[in-house]
Amino acid sequence: MRDSNPRSILDEKGIRRALTRIAHEILERNEAPDVLYLVAIPNGGVPLARILATCLDEIAGLDVAVGVLDTTLYRDDLMQSGKRPPLRRTEMPSAVDERVVVLVDDVVKTGRTIRAAMDALMDFGRPRAVQVVGLVDRGHRELPIKLDYVGKNVPTQVGEAVRLRGAGADPGESLEVVVLPAEEHAA
Amino acid sequence: MMGRDLLGIEDLDREDIEKILETAVHMGEVGQRDVKKVPTLRGRTVVNLFFESSTRTRASFEIAGKRLSADVVNFSPSGSSLKKSESILDTARTLDAMDPDAVVVRHGVAGVPKRIADVLDAPVINAGDGAHEHPTQALLDLLTVQQEKGHIDGLTVTIVGDVAHSRVARSNIVGFRKMGAEVRVAAPPPMLPADVETLGVKAFTSLRESLDGVDVVMALRIQNERLVGSWFPSVREYSATFGLDRAKLRYARDGAIVMHPGPVNRGVELSHDLADHRPSVILDQVRNGVAIRMAVLYLFAGRRRGAGSSAPDEVAR
Repeated sequence: MRDSNPRSILDEKGIRRALTRIAHEILERNEAPDVLYLVAIPNGGVPLARILATCLDEIAGLDVAVGVLDTTLYRDDLMQSGKRPPLRRTEMPSAVDERVVVLVDDVVKTGRTIRAAMDALMDFGRPRAVQVVGLVDRGHRELPIKLDYVGKNVPTQVGEAVRLRGAGADPGESLEVVVLPAEEHAA
Repeated sequence: MMGRDLLGIEDLDREDIEKILETAVHMGEVGQRDVKKVPTLRGRTVVNLFFESSTRTRASFEIAGKRLSADVVNFSPSGSSLKKSESILDTARTLDAMDPDAVVVRHGVAGVPKRIADVLDAPVINAGDGAHEHPTQALLDLLTVQQEKGHIDGLTVTIVGDVAHSRVARSNIVGFRKMGAEVRVAAPPPMLPADVETLGVKAFTSLRESLDGVDVVMALRIQNERLVGSWFPSVREYSATFGLDRAKLRYARDGAIVMHPGPVNRGVELSHDLADHRPSVILDQVRNGVAIRMAVLYLFAGRRRGAGSSAPDEVAR
């Protein structure tokens, strides 16, 4: 039974602490914070972007726009694999032009989702700049994508899965990042 | 579970229908963007094989394919090739050799899409066959009702008109029943198929009685040319007894919506006023048609014989 349980690597408190730090880093990096636009990649990015927006409000009194951008239709493996993953919602309440867009994702591994998100974003306009937040960086990049803000670097094996729990429909559930051993999830 | 082809609502279970509707909701969002195009089917080919002319459905499939970045080829072998006595299956086989990723078929005879699917590698989407099925029409109608009412389960729907000769009616009866709605049909007796109640619907020969307390009224198009004289005495009489106007609509539940697959014969199936104004939702149906066809192409294009019969994976990332 060795290793058969999910291993917690970040609880809700840890997640909030990391996002507070990232909020400070975002303000440090951006001289014109009024053009910031947080764009969450569902599902995991959505609660994280919401927390980040609250942090930016508390720290600097900023009312930052928050969007949601599903990347599924931009994936590079759809037709080749025959997969038809369920689509998720996209809601981009503000224009992207001339904004500094901060993409927010829960777990970054190959970089393919971020690549897809950048392509999707360009269909909405021409941002002044794009920056990326990854709550967990697993490594194993397959594309030249680097993160601007990282919550936690977590070295993992390729076969393992890292999941943000509590990002689903139930808002009462607390957030937690867990590592699932290789056999526990369908690849 | 969904197979390789979409030949009829009959072949879908409730879960499949819900999955297509859910996908279409998100496809509808793509249609609201400035850039109404996603790269999903880039490099894929969709063939519209229409043996029976249809500007609207063909345009809807064409726009849907293009919004997904597929190459769309329209093929209407009404004239030349069929006159050269090329058989339908020969035409289909010829197209298949060009390796399309989906073939959308419309034909005036029931069962032709199925026959074509039997010889093709590519998945076949039925865009209407005779009086049999028109699955994407029923799906777009279901989506429209879901958006208007928030749910389908528990609603009561009345379908008015030439039920006996209507693939739209057939697909909708099956679809709404599968989604948990009660379905009624109303028509002059010659337009009611003898076995209609075996489909699980209640048949009425009085429009007024059929409307009592319903949430949705769906009027079917009357094929003027074909039917006058043989099925009912005159258009005027049909419109007086089975044409819908605001006075008759009062028998329905408050907030009931009015649907029509188009094109409307104004003053026949619907009064002029109802054809253009709420509670009719005809243009929403058209808009949802594109979203549904995008969803169907996304879910079915690229499926192949053998490999394609299994359910698509739902891997999260």
